[in-house]
Amino acid sequence: MKGILRLAFKLLVNDKAKFTALIVGITFAVFLMVQMTSLFAGVLNRSSATVLNIGASVWVMDPSVQTVANSIGMPDYVLDGVRSIKGVKYAVPLYSGAALLKLPSGTFQAANVIGLDDATLLGRPELIEGKIEDIYAENAFIAVSDSEFAKLESPHIGSEFELNDHRGRIAGIAKVASSGLFGVPTLYTTYYRALQYIPSPRFTISYVLVEPKSRDDIPEIKRAVSQLGYRAVTSDEFVQMISDFYKYKTGMGMNILIMTVISFIVGLSISGQTFYTFILENLEKFGALKAIGATNHDLIAMILFQAGFTCLTGYGLGIGLCTLLIVLAKLRMPDYASMITYTNLALAFFMVLIIASVSSYVGVRRVLRIEPFDIFRG
Amino acid sequence: MATAAIRASGVVKSFGEGEARVTALRGVELETAFGEMVYIVGPSGSGKTTLLSVLSGVLRPNAGSVLVEGVDIWKLETNALATLRLNKIGFVFQDFHLFPRLTTAENVAVPLILKRQDWDDSLSEAVKYLDIVGLKGRAQLPPVKLSGGEQQRVAIARAIVSQPDILIMDEPTASLDGDTGRSVVRFVREKVLNEKRCIIVVTHDDRINEFASRILTMEDGRLTGTKKAKS
Repeated sequence: MKGILRLAFKLLVNDKAKFTALIVGITFAVFLMVQMTSLFAGVLNRSSATVLNIGASVWVMDPSVQTVANSIGMPDYVLDGVRSIKGVKYAVPLYSGAALLKLPSGTFQAANVIGLDDATLLGRPELIEGKIEDIYAENAFIAVSDSEFAKLESPHIGSEFELNDHRGRIAGIAKVASSGLFGVPTLYTTYYRALQYIPSPRFTISYVLVEPKSRDDIPEIKRAVSQLGYRAVTSDEFVQMISDFYKYKTGMGMNILIMTVISFIVGLSISGQTFYTFILENLEKFGALKAIGATNHDLIAMILFQAGFTCLTGYGLGIGLCTLLIVLAKLRMPDYASMITYTNLALAFFMVLIIASVSSYVGVRRVLRIEPFDIFRG
Repeated sequence: MATAAIRASGVVKSFGEGEARVTALRGVELETAFGEMVYIVGPSGSGKTTLLSVLSGVLRPNAGSVLVEGVDIWKLETNALATLRLNKIGFVFQDFHLFPRLTTAENVAVPLILKRQDWDDSLSEAVKYLDIVGLKGRAQLPPVKLSGGEQQRVAIARAIVSQPDILIMDEPTASLDGDTGRSVVRFVREKVLNEKRCIIVVTHDDRINEFASRILTMEDGRLTGTKKAKS
């Protein structure tokens, strides 16, 4: 069988024009599919940046919250109520809100301000400059060194800015796992400083972060929070909730799905058509092989190998091209939200398998139907 | 009594249905022996190619039987029949049907590769047969770089590389000029035919009649007579 597959390989790759057209078709299709889905994955990842960066086990929120950025203030008794639930190890408030900063150059810049619980600083980021206890210093804020950092005019420890006529001072520089979606820089401070500096509505707690005594206590915590009229979700559920919002309630998911399907159809059409033409042009050769003594099994193996080899090569090149583009784009545009996940790769692989299957199916059908007698008739 | 290379009896083959039905073979009886080169001649549409296809196991007849070395080939299932063709029958097609994307040596090696022989061994064997047909120096060239006569010789090398007992040649001189056609058939007669091999040739070309052992004439789906026997 090895020799037959080598024969199939030579018949395929030695037809350079057709082989190139096939590879380009598959590569282009994979590139488009992975590009679309990785862009979406990047957007979804960034949309959950605060959840991922804070890292709390359970989040308590108003039931109407759909994304982490659109929090609805909760009264203080919710925090007390949650702390009294059996199974809660500890619970702390979190403030998340937008603010407008006046930078040293005089320009204004929107920023996301996270107010951490003063007592525990639960959800604090990892500092790369400064000490976390400096967050308690007068007017102290910690800037996050992510892709938006430069929008704060690349501050250093000691840099100052104005926030709602209050003086702010950078006390540390932190790094986080994920940058935010909306292209604004992030500042961390204490919960009570955030309330003092930023105009707040009557209810000020954006989220209550909960650490359960054990994972088994989470269902009971959820039930008890629900009785308070609020909702408790695990961080994974919160991320999923945000993803679902962007996928199903913004039109973004449908647009990406349509683009992915179009990419798939383009790839399928180009490679299917080219492969079918390749088979048609070699039909009499396959007929000659059949007359000489190749079994149907041999011919099917040859065609499957040709389709499989082409699709896998195109898949590899498509992924490589997409990765290269993302790397280059991120060098030029740090905000570029695109990430290749295993799910993207699996989806593209599955679609490539479909392309290979359809292409080889039409080829096999045609080849199996040819009668060696037609070769004698010419 | 020696086993016949091919014995066909009562072979009938029709194409189409109803009023469009055309009967190409009408009870053909034929026996060929090893060591002979049999020509089948006749006008276009007389059923020569159909008979060749039925005898070589590529076209199923409506009735009758074909025994290749005593085996009723039309009682074999598809894959067994393909294997029999691979092992017992060599084909030289009218248009050669060489693979333009393979080298000449690889073309010749195809039957060995289909027989699951090692790739490198198959190529070495193919080069030996290219040597026999006088084309050893062209082993690495693609067939399109060869002349018509050379391509025909490559096709012959491919047909005999697996040492088949029966060689089927369909219009072997149709794509060649007169001199080249004669030289190719002379080569087959002198170098390929032996006492363990039977060669059946379908041809229109009476300039090569001198190389035949027997010439069978076909008309209207029947073998009507023997025109000449070469001693």
